[in-house]
Amino acid sequence: MQFSNLSLDLSRPGPLMLALVPDLVLLVGALGLLLYAAWRPDSAAHQRRVGLASMMLAVITLAAVVAMGSREWTVSQGVIAVDGFRWASDVVFLMATVLAIGLSLDYNEREGILTAESHVLVLFATAGMMIMAAARDLMVLFLGLETMSVAVYVLAGLNRRSARSAEGALKYFLLGAFSTAFLLYGIALVYGGTGSTQLQVIGGRITGLTLGATPMLLVGVGLLLVGFAFKMAAAPFHMWAPDVYEGAPTPITAYMAAAVKAAAFAAFLRVWIEAFGHMHEIWHTAVWWLAAATMVVGNLIALQQRNLKRLLAYSSVAHTGFILVAVAAGTEQAATAFLFYLLAYTLATMGAFAVIVALGSAEHARERIDDYHGLWFERPGMAIAMAVFMLALLGFPVFGGMGFFAKWYVLQAAIDAPAPQVWLSIILVLTTTVSAGYYLHVVMVMFMKPRPEGAVPLPAVPPMARAVIVGSAVFLLVFGLFPDPIVRWTRGGGMLQRTPPITAASPAVPAP
Amino acid sequence: MAAFLESLNYNGWILPALLALPLLGAFLVWAHRMAAGDGDAAAMTARRLTLAVLVVEFILSLGLWWSLDQANPSWQAVVDVPWIDVWGVRFAVGVDGLSLMMVLLTTFLMPIAILGGWTSVRTKTHAYHALMLLLTTGVLGVFVAKDLFLFYVMWEVMLVPMYFIIGIWGGERRIYASIKFFLYTMAASLLMLVAIVILGVAAGTQGRPDFSYEAIVALEGFRPAAAFWLFTAFFVAFAVKVPMFPFHTWLPDAHVEAPTAGSVILAGILLKLGTYGFLRIALPFFPGIAMHPTVRTTIIVLAVIGVIYGSLVALVQPDIKKLVAYSSVAHLGFVMLGIFALTTESVQGALMVMIGHGLSTGALFLLVGIIYERSHTRLIDAYGGIARVVPLFATILTVVALSSIGLPGTNGFVAEFLVMLGAFKEYPVLTLVSALGVILAAAYLLWAVQRMIYNPLDKPANARLTDLNWRELGYLTPILVGILWLGLYPQPVLNRMESAVARLVNDVGARAAEQRASMVLGGR
Repeated sequence: MQFSNLSLDLSRPGPLMLALVPDLVLLVGALGLLLYAAWRPDSAAHQRRVGLASMMLAVITLAAVVAMGSREWTVSQGVIAVDGFRWASDVVFLMATVLAIGLSLDYNEREGILTAESHVLVLFATAGMMIMAAARDLMVLFLGLETMSVAVYVLAGLNRRSARSAEGALKYFLLGAFSTAFLLYGIALVYGGTGSTQLQVIGGRITGLTLGATPMLLVGVGLLLVGFAFKMAAAPFHMWAPDVYEGAPTPITAYMAAAVKAAAFAAFLRVWIEAFGHMHEIWHTAVWWLAAATMVVGNLIALQQRNLKRLLAYSSVAHTGFILVAVAAGTEQAATAFLFYLLAYTLATMGAFAVIVALGSAEHARERIDDYHGLWFERPGMAIAMAVFMLALLGFPVFGGMGFFAKWYVLQAAIDAPAPQVWLSIILVLTTTVSAGYYLHVVMVMFMKPRPEGAVPLPAVPPMARAVIVGSAVFLLVFGLFPDPIVRWTRGGGMLQRTPPITAASPAVPAP
Repeated sequence: MAAFLESLNYNGWILPALLALPLLGAFLVWAHRMAAGDGDAAAMTARRLTLAVLVVEFILSLGLWWSLDQANPSWQAVVDVPWIDVWGVRFAVGVDGLSLMMVLLTTFLMPIAILGGWTSVRTKTHAYHALMLLLTTGVLGVFVAKDLFLFYVMWEVMLVPMYFIIGIWGGERRIYASIKFFLYTMAASLLMLVAIVILGVAAGTQGRPDFSYEAIVALEGFRPAAAFWLFTAFFVAFAVKVPMFPFHTWLPDAHVEAPTAGSVILAGILLKLGTYGFLRIALPFFPGIAMHPTVRTTIIVLAVIGVIYGSLVALVQPDIKKLVAYSSVAHLGFVMLGIFALTTESVQGALMVMIGHGLSTGALFLLVGIIYERSHTRLIDAYGGIARVVPLFATILTVVALSSIGLPGTNGFVAEFLVMLGAFKEYPVLTLVSALGVILAAAYLLWAVQRMIYNPLDKPANARLTDLNWRELGYLTPILVGILWLGLYPQPVLNRMESAVARLVNDVGARAAEQRASMVLGGR
């Protein structure tokens, strides 16, 4: 096509708008939907209508992202990235959005949550995520982060009649605000240390002017790491996750476990590789310990969980640790491994939560592992799908589909690096063995325990939940045998790159 | 025969076909379940369908016996296509003198195992048979994999069906046994995964890893300490599978709790994957480490401990199934002795023990299953004098027990004799100690046989036992034929192994000497 290579000058408003087309589509559409949602009184039917419209909008945005992503863009330096990493992350966010809203439709109706605006809030959160994935400037990143967080705080407390939901939401809000403060202070100190909030300028100056060892910058980087660790739920900053995950409505939990974490990771990776890529020796130890602690803590505590939502919460903590292993290697491959991991993890998590949604009813939430005894004898398809999701989270080949390749990719990224992370890899596989203890426990009760006497009959599976479950499982399994297209996709486009050095002599940039 | 096979281009498609056919069978079984439900008639169809698929599989695989060029020591019937191109992963399969008999053993035992579980599996029959078929693909995949990535994937693939087979259709403590089996194997094999990634990345060029067998064998230049740890990763994965003393504790639980067919496959085939891994991977990849005197002696000592310990524990078991399970530990100790003694005779002997153990122990588990189905007890003391009631059973049990002990004229004798003959040259004292294991084997098996089928018939319940029926006789006969054939005329089998074994022994010996000259195993 003629337009296959488009050049944009992001300092002018026109091209900047063009670079933000998908984000603008989503934001403007979401504002429109918000008005529509307020148009009529709350009712189950209205809730469903708004939900379906929200899904449509997310799909349209997805189309816009794919259309943008299929072109090559050349951009001048700016606050917005136009690269493959952004598009790939957006695809995952939007996919998670569609799946989560799909699950919410039936769930909300069942639980009597009739606020139609809840679906629109998900869209706003997604818009924030997309900005985070695109941000090449710490201030823009912060804007995106807050847009996302505020929406998610509300979503976590959506079920106003549940005390647990309120508790979780309050915890999330307080700790979230706390972590935001860390992040903001970190941004301020990094600005103080380098004289810029633009990632490329920061990165260039750190190498060019050898700023790596200045105390102000170091403290700034440390605070940023803490801020991100909160959002990614890395140990020891993960304490909020289990309570929030347990309290929030299940579809929202799925959305948080998949998309919110993904967005935090996307922003983190971009900042870490583009701005601080050359400081690898300096932050390596911190990230190393963060990864090791997260893997160990997440997996060990997950072993003791008897509630499936809490179990998945700790499992999501553990997966944060696994992805951090790739980050610790400090190469660009971490970004591609992350994208692959993200896709597999999102599908498996969404699928697992969809099973919880599908088997629950207004009277029986069915969130305890005990509720799954003998599921195979009553709902074989559901049990097999759940087993696939568990094995995918475990990272088992063939039966766990893409889950294995995700782990493989992370291992490969960790080992195929100038500084191979062999010890972290060993911790990774050992903690994976620990994780087999709880993932297999779920499989075991479903297949090997009898259905308890006098168990309440399971409800009919709502069609949307069924679609999510079958879709996720099939996708995981098919691309678990032939991962080639996905690997190519994660590598496509301009991936994250370390910034070339900027020296004081460079005419383009004024000295700090 | 060879010319006929060539006219079919047999070598060009056989291995993918062998891997694909059970998958197709599993799909058919599943489709039948969806269409016909799981009534008794449908369950019988599932059994017949599975049996038919596995018999066809066996007949197809038989062609390998003739199509393989005996003089050629390297991979044959190779099929090599890209799988995950961007990671340099290929779907590469092949077969040689080391794996030929393992492939045939697998395809031979699978239909027999299905017949062995014909009446004992009554619930969820379709799922059981579909899992059996998946298991076949997984096991064959390991034996023919020529790409390390594929090897690992297949290695893990067989784990899940076995986990479900033990956990769903097993005995009383099935859940504990299945989890233990899964966790042990998985923990050990994940370390192997890390080692495979490291090797693949090291063998790669221009940022693209290479997992092909040839590329990795040709790798040189790991520091001795690094090579030592890589070897250890593979060693643990394989030693757990074998299982070597002291990694054997999962075995008695898994074997005893598994349903009959599961035990037959576990003992007959799955254990051989570990020893095969040593032959195929651990030795050729790290000759310098494996043949280092300290490492080698340690492993041989562990092997001999396994022989003696397994036999002694078997001696005191009141439960016949557990006795057979522990006898596996002893037999596999012989295999390890043969492999690490690394002479042509001893390695050939090790391969013969692997085949022979598959037949004898497989048959023992089948016989135990047969008698258990009738009396619902596995305690040796619950029987006694049943030869008068079930003469056919008693005869076959005696013959199989004798072959397991290694009576001349049966497979056991040829195999263990070769191992000792070969190993004696390298490790005379340890080999003599291991010979004690043969004597102990005679003690525990003959004693158990005596208590079960001779002695006075003093339990009234046993007087009502029924003898073997046609189905049972039908699947035991091929095993008996195999036992006698390998005992009386093993030459064709040995011929097919010889060139590959000789090359392995020479290569590993030569490269080990070369590497030893340039290294001192320091700084572990």
